[in-house]
Amino acid sequence: MSDLTNLTLSDAREKLRNKDITAVELAEAHIDAMQQTAGLNAFIFNTEEKAIEMAKASDAKLAKGEGGILEGIPVGVKDLFCTKDVRTTASSKILGDFTPTYESTVTANMWADGAVLLGKLNCDEFAMGSSNETSFYGPVVNPWQRQGDDTQLVPGGSSGGSAAAVAARACVAATATDTGGSIRQPAAFTGTVGMKPTYGRCSRWGTVAFASSLDQAGPITRTVRDAAIMLESMASYDVKDSTSVNVAVPAYEKALTGDIKGLKIGIPKEFKVDGMPEEIQALWQQGIEWLKAAGAEIHDVSLPHTKYALPAYYIVAPAEASSNLARYDGVRYGLRVAGDNIDEQYANSRAEGFGDEVQRRILIGTYVLSAGYYDAYYKKAQRVRTLIKQDFDQAYAKVDLMLTPTTPTAAFGIGENIGDPLTMYLNDIFTVSVNMAGLPGISIPAGISANGLPLGLQLIGKPFDEETLFRAADVMEQAADFTALPQLMAK
Amino acid sequence: MSLIQGATGEWEIVLGLEIHAQVSSKSKLMSGASTEFGAEPNSQVSLVDAAMPGMLPVVNEFCYEQAVLTGLGLNAQINLVSIFDRKNYFYPDLPQGYQISQFTDPIVGPGVVKIELADGSFHDVGIERMHLEQDAGKSIHDLYPSQSCVDLNRSGVALMEIVSDPDMRTAEHAKLYVSKIRTILRYLGTCDGNMEQGSLRADVNVSVRRPGAELGTRCEIKNMNSIRNIGMAIEYEARRQVDIIEDGGNISQETRLWDVAKGETRSMRSKEEAHDYRYFPDPDLLPVVLEQSFVDAIKARIPELPDAKYERLMSQYGLNSYDANILIADPENADYFEIVAKGVDAKLAVNWVTGDLFGMLNKRGFTIETSPIKAEALGELVGLIADKTISNKIAKQVFEFMLETGDAPAKIVEEKGLKQVTDTGAIEKAVDEVIAANPDKVEQVKQKPKMAGWFVGQVMQATGGKANPQAVSDLIKAKLGLED
Repeated sequence: MSDLTNLTLSDAREKLRNKDITAVELAEAHIDAMQQTAGLNAFIFNTEEKAIEMAKASDAKLAKGEGGILEGIPVGVKDLFCTKDVRTTASSKILGDFTPTYESTVTANMWADGAVLLGKLNCDEFAMGSSNETSFYGPVVNPWQRQGDDTQLVPGGSSGGSAAAVAARACVAATATDTGGSIRQPAAFTGTVGMKPTYGRCSRWGTVAFASSLDQAGPITRTVRDAAIMLESMASYDVKDSTSVNVAVPAYEKALTGDIKGLKIGIPKEFKVDGMPEEIQALWQQGIEWLKAAGAEIHDVSLPHTKYALPAYYIVAPAEASSNLARYDGVRYGLRVAGDNIDEQYANSRAEGFGDEVQRRILIGTYVLSAGYYDAYYKKAQRVRTLIKQDFDQAYAKVDLMLTPTTPTAAFGIGENIGDPLTMYLNDIFTVSVNMAGLPGISIPAGISANGLPLGLQLIGKPFDEETLFRAADVMEQAADFTALPQLMAK
Repeated sequence: MSLIQGATGEWEIVLGLEIHAQVSSKSKLMSGASTEFGAEPNSQVSLVDAAMPGMLPVVNEFCYEQAVLTGLGLNAQINLVSIFDRKNYFYPDLPQGYQISQFTDPIVGPGVVKIELADGSFHDVGIERMHLEQDAGKSIHDLYPSQSCVDLNRSGVALMEIVSDPDMRTAEHAKLYVSKIRTILRYLGTCDGNMEQGSLRADVNVSVRRPGAELGTRCEIKNMNSIRNIGMAIEYEARRQVDIIEDGGNISQETRLWDVAKGETRSMRSKEEAHDYRYFPDPDLLPVVLEQSFVDAIKARIPELPDAKYERLMSQYGLNSYDANILIADPENADYFEIVAKGVDAKLAVNWVTGDLFGMLNKRGFTIETSPIKAEALGELVGLIADKTISNKIAKQVFEFMLETGDAPAKIVEEKGLKQVTDTGAIEKAVDEVIAANPDKVEQVKQKPKMAGWFVGQVMQATGGKANPQAVSDLIKAKLGLED
């Protein structure tokens, strides 16, 4: 770990602008770091040459005192975002060597703002997973380890590569996507900041779809300020995405005033689930104290339908996925495994191209949409979703934000839960409601578990009020003063 | 009511149609790709049409306007909230693995269309609904022995599916209905109605029952693209069903195809093989919410529709129902006629339009739009007949010259000296000469006054057809002392 790779985005930005460092130096330091941390398997495709090229272009702009808000910042991109002329696979075998001829809106925004692409980041296959173990390219290893235990741990998922790379200082910041917790849960598992904006804030155009009504892009960074800068670049209204919302993108960084006096924070009682580990409860209480100390008001709120969120999510998301993934049929691009007829070709290609978890969700999704089951499952789940939204609407009449833990546990070992999908699905218990209601949520590193692993707290905001969310997260981040480093970095 | 006679009694046919009409639009329903017919395979395919990863559909607002306009033209309810659903199935010419359609909440609700039967009576056909959907691509199976080719040019093209109530009872009803829908769409400019190019196709649901009994089990004949074949397929299918039932069998619900060469329908897939389409609202698209003012603005743009035009042509021009029907079949016909009829006798105008003009267009393979004789020119010609500058017979010659030269009729008449001779002096001279040269005929005509026609003919010949036949006839009768 060099001084350069330890820079936050905002620090690196200052040094670049002041010409203390060059973008090429910064890119080279991160390319070294990528190589040193290759064992984490965070990157599945490196674009070193492209990175140097982009960094040179940034240096030219910076020399003239020009450049965007991410000028010269080396970033990693989750392999769900289509990148022009750079292989994009969604960590699935079925996409093979698919190389898009187009750039996703989110990444296009970042390149326009001067960011430098280091490579494509590993993730769960089609973002389906909570441990990054479903990737065709193998699991990502969390740079954190339990104290006195060298068991390899998962970084969470599905944006496990993004979280691990940012935690391991292999990139300054990373793009990620969150359908049920895929930004916030890995951020919590790796001691990083993960921000899922309001549904419709970032364009979904050019991002491989998992569940269209839930998917939302966001950043993983090491500080709240960095997340604010990243989101400002990533977010935009996009006519090519009918679900993107035409609301101006504020300068999020300006929201970080440090002042949350009088802000009303809700504590949803339904999140106090049975069997919640004591240290998670204690952390949550600690978060309450920090916010109180900063002048916020704490209120108990109720989100009565919370317990139905996870089961409803595991109907809605697979349903949409089963349809979204129908296009991977071996006909036009990606893997094709021939058969005697078209039906066999479909079956062969999809059986070989999709991993177990993806197949499981396609099957669930196909089932819940089929004739005779639609009303009992999909339609009912949509009604639950409406109720969850209403719960939040009612709570937000009283409070500005809500505070909850991000995950029920710290990171677990690779292979520990992969055979038990239901346990794995429980990872999303505190995060899915936010997606079901389309709200913004952020996870910040708030403490260390008894066995030395990072734990996260989640703040949930009102629709399109990312500014308040960032402001409170920034205050809490300062109070938490999370300085611990992953064992890998400390070595 | 027209029933089929079976071995065991009479049977009634019950028909419902689903018409797929391609929306007249430069670009597709959910992408900016062109919809032009006949382009190189796969040359009009956007990233969205090819269902590349991460691509998203965006509703083409113009297609929506066209659908609203069509709904209004079908006297139908416009639903201010409509929802796009995904209809899921696998097929190589369906890149997304689903067709974006409207299932529970279509853009257009119930409406009604009037058809006029051969006996002059009218029959209402209810419209159940109309929705917008994407067309699929085209699979081509006969280029290679073991592989199929796919052309995605049509993939994503906007279609309107117009679903009728089961209100038709004869093949004739169905043919008139398709023809009427086609006419309405052409009037509205929302579909070109070109059945050969596949812009308009119909699925026909056929069942039979004892008159007045419960509905029988239906079979659907898919993808009919000619009105004539629709009629033949219905006749065949109804007879097939009657024969099965009368032989003690049951009709199984299935999808059938019309084999043009064999003149029969055959099974394509049974109900058991039918897809479970797993419809659900497309999460990539928001419900479409229209303002009433948007609908009203479109309503204001509706042109005069066939039924109204039919009434007006009869009342304004005194046309009979037959002529009015011919003219309204295509809005261009009626427009053409109305230009020709300006200031001249409407009966004369309609005869020229539906007679000489249509005959020529047919013979030479033109349409009314491509007619080498423009309506203004034909109007001028008919005007020359009306003001007696030329006779109807001479006009036919002028018409031929117009075709050859493209010259204006007045110019042709002038240059060729075809002007009708009304100078009685000149005509009288010719009459006198004919009488003087044919004393025997003069004797005969006194016995047989009908022979006056022979003298008229002689005089017309002598004057090169330019004499006014009425004037000639009058003079001859006067000179020969014949009763009028």
